[in-house]
Amino acid sequence: MKAIVSVVGLDKPGIVASVSTTLANYNINIIDITQSYAHDFFTMILIVDFENSNVSLKNISEKLKEAGEKIGVFVTIQHEDVFRAMHRI
Amino acid sequence: MESFTSTEILETKKMIDEQGLDVRTITMGINLLDCANPSLDKMKENINSKIFSLAENLSEIATTIEEDYGIPIINRRITVTPISLILGSLNTIQEIPLEDIQAFNDPFFQKYNIKDPKINQRAIDSCIEIAQCLDNISEKVKVDFLGGFSALVHKGFTRADLCLIQSLPEVLSKTERVCSSINLATTRSGMNMNAVKMMGKIIHQIAMNTRDRNSIGCAKIVVFCNAVEDNPFMAGGFHGIGESECCINVGVSGPGVIRNVVKNQKKVDFETLAEIIKKTAFKITRMGQLVAQQAAKRLHIPFGIVDISLAPTNRPFDSVAGILEEMGIEITGGPGTTAALALLTDAVKKGGLMASSYVGGLSGAFIPVSEDKFMTEAARKNILTIEKLEAMTSVCSVGLDMVCIPGSTPPSTISGIIADEAAIGMINNKTTGTRIIPVIGKKVNETVEFGGLLGKSIIMPVKESSCEMFINRQGRIPAPVHSQRN
Repeated sequence: MKAIVSVVGLDKPGIVASVSTTLANYNINIIDITQSYAHDFFTMILIVDFENSNVSLKNISEKLKEAGEKIGVFVTIQHEDVFRAMHRI
Repeated sequence: MESFTSTEILETKKMIDEQGLDVRTITMGINLLDCANPSLDKMKENINSKIFSLAENLSEIATTIEEDYGIPIINRRITVTPISLILGSLNTIQEIPLEDIQAFNDPFFQKYNIKDPKINQRAIDSCIEIAQCLDNISEKVKVDFLGGFSALVHKGFTRADLCLIQSLPEVLSKTERVCSSINLATTRSGMNMNAVKMMGKIIHQIAMNTRDRNSIGCAKIVVFCNAVEDNPFMAGGFHGIGESECCINVGVSGPGVIRNVVKNQKKVDFETLAEIIKKTAFKITRMGQLVAQQAAKRLHIPFGIVDISLAPTNRPFDSVAGILEEMGIEITGGPGTTAALALLTDAVKKGGLMASSYVGGLSGAFIPVSEDKFMTEAARKNILTIEKLEAMTSVCSVGLDMVCIPGSTPPSTISGIIADEAAIGMINNKTTGTRIIPVIGKKVNETVEFGGLLGKSIIMPVKESSCEMFINRQGRIPAPVHSQRN
């Protein structure tokens, strides 16, 4: 199963490290990362793969949220099917 | 793997986080025809075990879908077979002499006064017990509403229909989750004016019975013309007789999302406006379809339909009237409103139809006055009136919805409003409903607060002209000429 992680907040050192460490702790593989900035606002989108992970979306969602709160960014994770349904015919 | 652009991903995120996109309801439709039994206790037992066995995990599975997909699912609901269809097997109802009912249906037979059909209290009490049984099982399986305490009387009454209707004032004041609907007209068979007259009185009684709670009982009943069989929304949802044993229907909403795209396109022409609404409705419906298919798969129950209906809530951005105002109507109800709503409803339906092969229910736009902040505001300014709302219902997807009127409105006038609304549906071959609330003790322009999804509204004025003589005629309005389509 693949999912999309999105991170939004004010830019500061350690955002990529914090999010990727949390994912690595649960054996979730990062397939793709893109980042963008607009007026100090940082947006990062990761496509991740759960193939070798046993964690549920609910659990990892909570862990990512906690990690994000520590450094002041919003992190959400959603199943990729949501985006496929909405943006692809 | 296929990749998505960050614009696409952030668009979805914003729709959910900022514009209030949600799945309004996952509704499980359940056939109860096989629960019929002469014994009241046995019928209750059958209903309990059937609903429990099918819907036991409904709420929990809806929550897991919410967690996996990050999409809020606001309500879990159940619709059942119109209950009057199974009530007829009860001993208590079979005791009512058939001749009495025949006489009641026959306009030339003046034996009974419509206001007083000869129904014994025992029969009515058994209807109330069934409603309470439905209420209890809904609570047990943790659903928010159960729809289908309904009767289809467009061509006439059965014994059970009459008993069910007479039980409504008590049922809707004593139960929390049970919703009711009465279909009293169709394009095919005309309008049952005896039912129209009766429902005016019944709605008044329901208002009286719940007067301590702003007559909220009336918010749980819709009077329909051309009711649909697969509507997942309340209060008018029921599981029609053409439906399968059990299915999953999903209702998606998202006026805030549509409003946002319209807001950013102030100067585009109508073609472009319709196009962007269609595209957005497509995306919303696809999300609903995904949730519906997941729910069906996880519950091992066939998928029924997706209903894409813009259903407002009291959050300021989540308003259908707000979309019309972004299109360029200063205050909803003013000139141009009906045309703007026609464009909106049609574009939403077209986007929905492209997104799912099984679009059903009422799909389009709802215009419930109390649930829509901008609509309430327009009514307060007296720009939005009942007469304009009636015109709007000829192009929206449902009808006069959550309209509060003075508690002193005579029952015959309520019947007149019901008949007008049903006539629009009957002649134009569309579904129309009336959910009207005569708030006992309140006068024009006073505020009423219902709380939750039902919101807050003001009492709208009703024209003071009697239609009592018209309503007191008996029988049916014949079906319109285009009913003959064979």
